[in-house]
Amino acid sequence: MAEALVTSAAKVVMSVRGLRAGYGGASVLKSVNLDVREKTVTAIIGPSGCGKSTLIRCLNRMHEAVPGATCEGEILLGGRDALALDPVLLRREVGMVFQRPNPFPTMSIAQNAAAGLVLNGARDRAALAEAVEKSLRRAALWDEVKDKLDAPGASLSGGQQQRLCIARALAVEPRVLLLDEPCSALDPIATARIEELLLEIKDQLTVVIVTHNMQQAARVSEYTAFMLLGEMVEYGETRRLFTKPADKRTEDYITGRFG
Amino acid sequence: MNDAVYARRRKVNALMFALTAACAAVSAGSLLMILGYIVWKGASSVSWAFLVNLPKPVGEQGGGIVNAIVGSAKVVGLAGLVGAPVGVLGGVYLSEYGRGKYAFAVRYAADVMNGVPSIVVGLFAYALIVHPMKRFSALAGSAALAFIMIPTVLRSTEEFLRLVPGTIREAALALGVPRWKVTAFVVVPTAGRGILTGALLALARVSGETAPLVFTAFGNRFADNGWLNPIATLPHTIYTYAISPYEDWHNQAWAAALILMFFVLSVNLAARLWLKPS
Amino acid sequence: MTMKRHFDADLDDLRGRLLRMGSLCEEMVHYAVKVVVERDDGHLAAVEEWERQVNAMHIEIDDVCLRLLALRQPAAGDLRLIAAALKINSDLERVADQAVNVAETGVYLCREPQIKLGDIPRMVEVAAGMLKDALDAFARGDVELAREVIKRDDEEDRLKSQTFNELVHLMQRDASAIQRGMDIILIARNLERIADHATNIAEDVIFMALGKDIRHSAEKI
Repeated sequence: MAEALVTSAAKVVMSVRGLRAGYGGASVLKSVNLDVREKTVTAIIGPSGCGKSTLIRCLNRMHEAVPGATCEGEILLGGRDALALDPVLLRREVGMVFQRPNPFPTMSIAQNAAAGLVLNGARDRAALAEAVEKSLRRAALWDEVKDKLDAPGASLSGGQQQRLCIARALAVEPRVLLLDEPCSALDPIATARIEELLLEIKDQLTVVIVTHNMQQAARVSEYTAFMLLGEMVEYGETRRLFTKPADKRTEDYITGRFG
Repeated sequence: MNDAVYARRRKVNALMFALTAACAAVSAGSLLMILGYIVWKGASSVSWAFLVNLPKPVGEQGGGIVNAIVGSAKVVGLAGLVGAPVGVLGGVYLSEYGRGKYAFAVRYAADVMNGVPSIVVGLFAYALIVHPMKRFSALAGSAALAFIMIPTVLRSTEEFLRLVPGTIREAALALGVPRWKVTAFVVVPTAGRGILTGALLALARVSGETAPLVFTAFGNRFADNGWLNPIATLPHTIYTYAISPYEDWHNQAWAAALILMFFVLSVNLAARLWLKPS
Repeated sequence: MTMKRHFDADLDDLRGRLLRMGSLCEEMVHYAVKVVVERDDGHLAAVEEWERQVNAMHIEIDDVCLRLLALRQPAAGDLRLIAAALKINSDLERVADQAVNVAETGVYLCREPQIKLGDIPRMVEVAAGMLKDALDAFARGDVELAREVIKRDDEEDRLKSQTFNELVHLMQRDASAIQRGMDIILIARNLERIADHATNIAEDVIFMALGKDIRHSAEKI
């Protein structure tokens, strides 16, 4: 586990120590360490099945929603023990966007954007309308949908739907936003828009993105973690990792010699 | 390719295609024939008077079936009011929380219940309600029909909820929404159209059931007299009139069958239109 | 539909760094020649200080280019810009070296009796002008200006030959002038090299703008 930790001035918002996780009897993560720095984009790359999705699904404890899932170790969110918090409250601080765009099918664009607030009891119409506009603007979707806020969320294109999902997650004002391969179902233009939007919002919150596209990791992130077979092989500044990786396996993977 | 082989394949293909098309025609054709026959036999006896008058005393010509229409509405309505919510909530349990032995047992029992002959359900309602109360009643009829509805609604609700992608549940959970709110305000509404359709189809099905009503609602030639007395229903009236020796009653049975058929068809059609995505 | 990308800000930054390095190089050329023409060795220190800065920028810009290549996987115009930046970076570093050579030779000449400078003043004017215009062409992606810079290189070559001839004649007549004459010839050669680097930059600008490689071809313009 070479260079699992990074020394840098930026404040650590989430820290993972000795995290082991799996499904049923199968172990997926074998003692993983990770420090996520505040207001940065951290990318997690690695081949399919390396455990990168499991890792971020542990960060907001979506992992344990799967029957038979196990998770042990230490995850701290701003110094608090995330594994001891109420998962419902943890998820309001650590939001998530998934691989496939999944707007709620019965809801309009505006209702989707406000869903997290409304489902948690917000009723003030003016405040909700304001939150909808703010989150849609942050997700770079406002200009495209401002004239059809009452249209069904599912009527948008795939890329717009994914940005709607990002807006929906942002509306809850999380400290950390997790994205699990958010562009894998999108075309290159929609992907580029999402990458631009991530570079835009990272001034306001912390982003962790899992991607099987290492070029995407290179483009959007400041820190990159490379995982292989459930282990953290290398973690460091993206510009360093992509120009002079410390581990031979990282070099093989990012140069396409992996296999 | 060898021409002879090709020609043979084409022939076999044409034959099998014709066979499948013929079988499809038989299934659709039987429905059309039944409909057509009932309309042909029943249409002449249907009139406004038939719909709004009580039956005449035995031996007199004419009379109507208003008591059976009202009775069916009451018995089926109560069965729906009880059976649909129980079935839907049970289906929610099976789909959203149902793992392990208990859920397996419930699911299995529902499947067996769906296959139990309806007359057996009638007997059960007789033993459970009619016998202790010492009287046939509308209530007992409703109970029998509700017992038939519940497993159907339960399983259709479960199936429609399972069609809701898991990613929708995950998306809602990831917003920091408690599990019960995710189920009640996101998952169930997403499957809402399907769930309602399933309940309506179950209602249409039980509104045509006769056997369970024979020794529960029992039948009555007079006006409706509350929940605790025997009550006339459309299927049971058809049955009684059809096996009677009177020509006039036979005609009325056809007319009542036409009205029942019309009701079932309308509910079916409404349910299917509803299910179709807008 | 053209989207403003964050990458564009990175490319603007790269362009800005090269232009700052370029203007330092221009200053260096001017002050190096002042040592020769005004016989004032006080400018050497400034030239040497600028060279240290240029060397640091040379390394930084290479680093930025490598980072952008590794992280952004540039294509088409973006790729040509970064490829051109890498080459322009090397050319500018060489220009700075030539300027230091001129200044150092100039310091030696300051201590010797005055000698004819041939066409040196004119050569500085042409070379510095070419460098300035090549950098302007780079800043604006101005192909016309770049072509015009390339044409001017012939003028510089002609001035260099003229200076050579003039000084060779002088040295043939006056053996005591040989050492100083050789120095003037070296300075002329340095200036001619600076013009060559400006020409290279102009060629890179054309490649960057049009994707057309005009080096080593008959079609110089």
